[in-house]
Parts: sequence; structure tokens; C-alpha cells
Amino acid sequence: MAHPLSANVPDGRLQEKWDNYKNQIKLVNPANKRKHTVIVVGTGLAGGSAAATLAELGYRVNSFCIQDSPRRAHSIAAQGGINAAKNYPNDGDTVWRLFYDTIKGGDYRSREANVHRLAQISNEIIDQCVAQGVPFAREYGGHLDNRSFGGAQVSRTFYARGQTGQQLLLGAYQAMCRQISTGQIIMFERREMLDLVVIDGYARGIITRDLVTGKIERHIADAVLLCTGGYGNVYYLSTNAKNSNVTAAWRCHRKGAYFANPAFTQIHPTCIPVSGDYQSKLTLMSESLRNDGRVWVPKKVGDSRLPQDIPDDERDYYLERRYPSFGNLVPRDVASRNAKYACDEGRGVGETKLAVYLDFRESIDRLGKNKISERYGNLFEMYERITGENPYEVPMRIYPAVHYTMGGLWVDYELQSTIPGLFVLGEANFSDHGANRLGASALMQGLADGYFVIPYTLGNYIASTKLTDADTSHAAFVEAETAATEKLDRLLSIQGTKTVTEYHRDLGRIMWDNVGMSRTAEGLETAVGLISTLREEFWENVRIPGEKTHYNKNLEFAGRVADFLELGELMARDALMRNESAGGHFREEYQTEDGEAQRNDEDFAFVGAWEYTGQNQDPKVHQEYLDFENVQLTTRSYK
Amino acid sequence: MSDSMTIHLRVWRQAGPESKGKFVNYTVADVNSHMSFLELLDVLNEQLIHAGDDPVEFDHDCREGICGACGVVIDGVAHGPQQRTAACQLHMRHYQDGDMLVLEPWRATAFPIIRDLVADRSALDRIVAAGGYVSVDTGSAPDANSILISKNELEGAFDFAACIGCGACVAACPNASASLFTGAKIAHLSGLPQGRPERKERAVAMVEQMQKEGFGDCSNHGECEAVCPKGISIAAIAIMRREYMKAKLA
Repeated sequence: MAHPLSANVPDGRLQEKWDNYKNQIKLVNPANKRKHTVIVVGTGLAGGSAAATLAELGYRVNSFCIQDSPRRAHSIAAQGGINAAKNYPNDGDTVWRLFYDTIKGGDYRSREANVHRLAQISNEIIDQCVAQGVPFAREYGGHLDNRSFGGAQVSRTFYARGQTGQQLLLGAYQAMCRQISTGQIIMFERREMLDLVVIDGYARGIITRDLVTGKIERHIADAVLLCTGGYGNVYYLSTNAKNSNVTAAWRCHRKGAYFANPAFTQIHPTCIPVSGDYQSKLTLMSESLRNDGRVWVPKKVGDSRLPQDIPDDERDYYLERRYPSFGNLVPRDVASRNAKYACDEGRGVGETKLAVYLDFRESIDRLGKNKISERYGNLFEMYERITGENPYEVPMRIYPAVHYTMGGLWVDYELQSTIPGLFVLGEANFSDHGANRLGASALMQGLADGYFVIPYTLGNYIASTKLTDADTSHAAFVEAETAATEKLDRLLSIQGTKTVTEYHRDLGRIMWDNVGMSRTAEGLETAVGLISTLREEFWENVRIPGEKTHYNKNLEFAGRVADFLELGELMARDALMRNESAGGHFREEYQTEDGEAQRNDEDFAFVGAWEYTGQNQDPKVHQEYLDFENVQLTTRSYK
Repeated sequence: MSDSMTIHLRVWRQAGPESKGKFVNYTVADVNSHMSFLELLDVLNEQLIHAGDDPVEFDHDCREGICGACGVVIDGVAHGPQQRTAACQLHMRHYQDGDMLVLEPWRATAFPIIRDLVADRSALDRIVAAGGYVSVDTGSAPDANSILISKNELEGAFDFAACIGCGACVAACPNASASLFTGAKIAHLSGLPQGRPERKERAVAMVEQMQKEGFGDCSNHGECEAVCPKGISIAAIAIMRREYMKAKLA
């Protein structure tokens, strides 16, 4: 093991750290901000909010997205809501409780100081979004409404129908548009970041490809913000958008940024089950459904009756049975694992038997169809469109699917990676969710990082760093551009027999079977071998149509799958290294007698941050020890 | 139970913005009825790549009907036959064995074709940049409950805020007008207290930007409302006109 990593957490009591930090940092004079350019890659909640806010402060911002418009980043698909400790319902919520629930929900594998800051900032986010015109749900009296989410016993989730992510993202997008109109943000759409440019040890720019013309471009700045989301698509099937990928983060990793806790992935319990081999993605049904839906399978193995023909006493409401105090609202990892067990026992339902029921009959009887429709109407419609079944009449069939990745590039308290000047925000970093993210916390984190953290920490970096004069003719730019071009040429020159999608699907199967909901040392070792063989085959036999000089989705995806083929192996190695079960990382060797996850705080209360050491070289793990000074580590119990 | 079908496709192929396009016929066998329409295109593309041909390019991302990236005119209808459904949410169970589908990109002067079914919709972003926002710097917001908004007012504004910016309204309009898109944003923001201080400047700037981008004017055909995957009401256009008139008269 290499030397431990320091997160540069400020001194003082937990509650005072963020204020102490803000009191002590260096500021950039308002007149000087316009002399500094910042690159922001990605326009989701983290990137959009960061770009808009930094531009408002006076920095020159160059913003990049792979979609045709900054309004389309995958944050837009988040359905359920955003947490904040407003305590409007007067049900006992506090900043401390939000902090505590998030740390506990993450199974004590996140950094106290970051999570507490997140909880402190949460309330300001709601204020900001409402002021932008985000239509959060309201009560008849005109006040904001809240609902409850998994892993919490208070109602602290603000929501905008079943499309909270969309409305929050449009708020950030519109704030960006305001800055685009004045030229404070220069927007580069349909651009993919292919490499990070490091000069004298500092992140100074990026290499991009114009996805329409194929042109390779160089961009220089004083700092680079990576807000490029998660890597769930390494599993091929996930709830992520098709364009979501790890490429920007992975290429920074190859340039020296450590990748932390890659094995911590979240399998979301309520998704629409797979229907066939042609399946291209999975659709999530918001966790909020578990407020009013009851999860069950038949008690009898192999019961093939229709759900309406199975009487109540022959149904097993297994979450309510095993976890009486949280019931259907247990955290995601617990709900997912239990669905898997039910199906493993042969009690799965539907054509494939890889599904469980989520039943609204009782809620519809109690609250009426109108109330249920008001709460979840658009989700019920979406379900019916995809499956052809009406969930008001028959229970939904659901199954877990890869949804979110808690791991990501390692960052310190200032959200700075191990490369000075490279900051990582939102899902792309590892910092706030530990081994498991609670529902409605991703939107909170993305916006906290972008609206309220980075404006301070970036300012401190810029004010205290003296960068050398450089332009895009610098050798580091030339070298990075050459490498990016050579990689594209190499991919196109292979002209083998298997398509990019076929390789991606093969990788996904290896990952789902061996690095999925339940892992073993044996399976993980198998995965390392299989992935490395598949990677070699990919580079000899992939077939990419067309040229690099035009819009070519297969070429884009080829580069991304090549990176997933490296990341997948690192995920398996990380899971193999972590000899414990924590949150979304469940190792079968480490469980209690009744099948619950068994953490090992003695040996594994650390962040595992991996250093890239070269092509086909074993990566090196560095540890950041997690000091829990304010919470007592307990076994998570939702019983 | 899933059934297997054969589907014929007549697809618009165009190499680039300046190239001349044409229709090309394809057949896909073994189409599963649970498959989505975009998955049908995926299967077609795998078939084309294996045969050494160029795949059909189309924009897509979330495949959940919310990002607004996808958009194909299917048999003359933007997003296809199912109402209130983006192309990605259309499933093949609505078709029968042997059906022929004609696929075209969004067609409008303001949306140049990039390749095949991919159009450049950046004009819509420029309309929003002209004024489709509330000018509030981060950090300056009052407490979220300090301004009460009645549930009805809120829900009314939300119906317009639900726009996904896909551009189907433009593709469906005989005048290629972006009035439903522009009107929806104006109606969303002028429908909430937070958006009212700037309502006049916003309405004028957004309407004028729409004209500058080369979109046509509205002549009340209502095609936009009919194809909108989010069911946005044409009332948005009436609100846009009223907001514009009020701003100009004042």
C-alpha cells in the first residue's frame, strides 16, 4: 500500500468547518475574475449549475456537452426528488439528521466533513431553484409540499411531479442561457472530451472532438471542472442515458487522477424488467412509488397464477416482513438484494421470472385512483407505454437495475482531484454517498457542488496558484491531440467482425454476473480474466463503420467502450480488494447469519483510491482513512 | 407473449448538410413486439454494419421520453402514431407483421440536416438564451416559502414547463413555426410570480429571436399540440401573443 491520502478537511467542529473554510480562503478580486477562464465539461446539474454560477461571478466559462443541447444531460431523467433539511413539515428534521441519514445510508464509507457540508447547503438549493421558477409541488395553501424517501423517517424530499430532475436541470440550463446570451459562457455542443492537458503538473486544458465534423480541437484554461456523470453504462444495460460514459473521467485517470471506490455501484430496486436480447436500456420507476406501492412475490415457489388470483395470505410482502420499521422504504441496496433473493428462490414473477410485484391496489382503495394518479400519473403512463399493462389494474413488475455509481474520481474537501486544477463535481466524483446513495440525494449533491461549493473552492485555487503563461501550441497540447487522433485512427483501422454494441453487451454480461448485486472472490477473479481477454479481442476484431470526419455514433461509442473495458477490470479489482460487504458492494463471503451485509470497520473504513500505472500494469491503491469523530459506526438496521 | 414480425423501413439517408438526400428501403426480420422503435433502428444498424454499410444516424439519449434528443417523422407524423409519446417510447406492439414505416428527419429551414435523421435544433437554445429565464444570481434567493403560489397557478405553469425541447412542434407545423416551444416557456415563466418582473422583455426578445431564426408564424393549425409528446396545449401560443401584445402596447 502506498502513503495515505489527505483530504484537506478544515479544522474545527464539524458544524463549523465550512464556515471556517470560507472565512479563511483567498478571494479573487471581482475585476480579476474576467482574466480567468474555466473549462466546465458536462452540463448536467453539477456542470450546468457550476457554469452558470461561475459566469455570474465574472469568470469566463467555456462549457462543453456531448448532446446537441446543454438541456439534455441525463440529470433530466431523475424522477423522484431532492432532499433538504428545511423541516417545513415540522416532523423533526435538522441539518444534523440529514447528515446522519446520508452517512448511515452510505454505510459509513463517506467523508463526514463533505456530507455535513452537503446537508448544510441543502436548504439554499431549494431557495435558489424556486427563485428560478422551478415548479416544485405545493399544498393548497401555496406552501411547498414534501414527501418521504427510502432511508429516512422524515418527509424532506421536494419534488416536481415525477420529473424533478428535468425541472431542476431546466432551471440550471436557463441560468446558463442567460450567461450564454451575454457571452460570459461560450457553449460548445456536440463536443466530446478526449483528453486532459496537464502542463507543469497543473490541469490546463482539454482536447475535444467536434462530433459533427470530426475536428479535433484544443482548449486552454486556468482550471478544468469535470462534471461528466457516472459510469453505470459499463454494465451495458442500466438506467443511464445511452450517451452516458466514463471517457472524460477515465482519460483524466490515465493522466494521473486517482479513481476512488469504483466497486461502489448502486443497483436500483424499482426498474422495468428486461424483456429480450435487443434491450438497449432499462427504465427506472421512481423510488417514490415505494411510498404507496407494496412489494411482494407469491409465497409458493413456481406459482404461475395471475397476481389478482393470488389471495393476500398466499403473498409474501417480504420487505414488510423482514424490515417492519422501514418496510417498503428500506434503502435501495437492501430492497434490491431482497428482490434478487426472492427470484433466486424461484418466486419471481412474469414471463422471465426475473421480477417482483409492486402493488398499488391497497393504496388505490385507501386514497382513491385520483390521488394516486396525481402523485404518480406520469410514471404509471410510462410503465404502460413500455409494458402494455395498466398498473391501476394489475401490479407493476419490477426488477433491480444499475442506476448510479457512488465511486468516481477521488477529490479532496475542495473537490480537487489528485491533479491540481482538475476539479470533479457531481456523480463523477466519489465523495458524498459512500457505499450507497439514498434516494433524492444525487440532485442535492450535483447542485450543491455546482451552485455553492465550487464558487468558493475554485476561487481559492485561482487566487493561490501562479500558473505559467502557455497557449495551445504548448507541447502538452500537441502530444495530447496526437494521441487522441492516433486512438481514433487505430479504432477505425481494425475493421474486424464484431460491432461495438456486441462488445459492449458482452462486457455488460460479465459485469452483471460477477460484479453485480452479489459478488464473490471467485467471480471477481473470473471477471478480471474475462474482461482482459475481451479487451484484447476488441482491439483486434471490432468493426467500426464510416470515417472520423463526419457524424459517426459508432466511432464515439467505440472510444467509450474501449474505456469501459479498462474500467470494468478496475471495478472487479476494487471489489476483490474490499473484503467486506458495505452498501451496494455485497460480498457473499461477508454476511451475517440472516443474510445482511457485514461491514469490517477495523480493516476497511477507508476510501480506496486507485492510481493508474500504465497499460496492462497492475494499478496501485492508496487509502484515505475515514475518521468518524461525530457519528458512531453501527450496523445499519432497518428492521 | 411476444410475437415476431417482419418490418419494412423506408429511411431518409443524407450524408451531410449540403448533400442531396434520398429514401432507401430496408427490411428487418424477427422484430419483437416488446421492442421499442429505437431498438428496431438499433437492430437495423447492427444488420447494416455487418453488411458493410453505413448505419442510419439518429439522435437519442435517455430513451425514457424526457431528454428530448430523439425525433423522427414516422409515416408523416412527428414521433409517430401514438399520442403523447416521444419516438423512444413508441413500441413495436403497435405495428403488425409486414408493415412499412417511412422515416424522415425533422424538416424545417431553421433545422438544417446534419446526417440522415439528425437535425440541428440549436435555434431552440438561442430562443431560450434570448430571455427564457429568471434573472436571479446564485445566492440571492429568498426563502423558498416566502412567496406562496396557489396549487392551481403552480400546476398551470407546470403544464407548460413540461416541454422537452424536442422540436416536434416545428416539424409538424406547415409553417415550421416554433410558437408552441416559445409560447410554452413564456407561459411557464409568466405564470409564476418569480417570472413576472421580466415578462415584457422576455416575451419580446424570445418572439423576435424566433422570427430571426427563420421559423414561420403560427396560423392556428394545431398540428403542434397534436404531436407534442408532453401534450402541451396550444393555449401557450395564445399566452405568448397576449404577452407580446401587452409588452408592445405598454
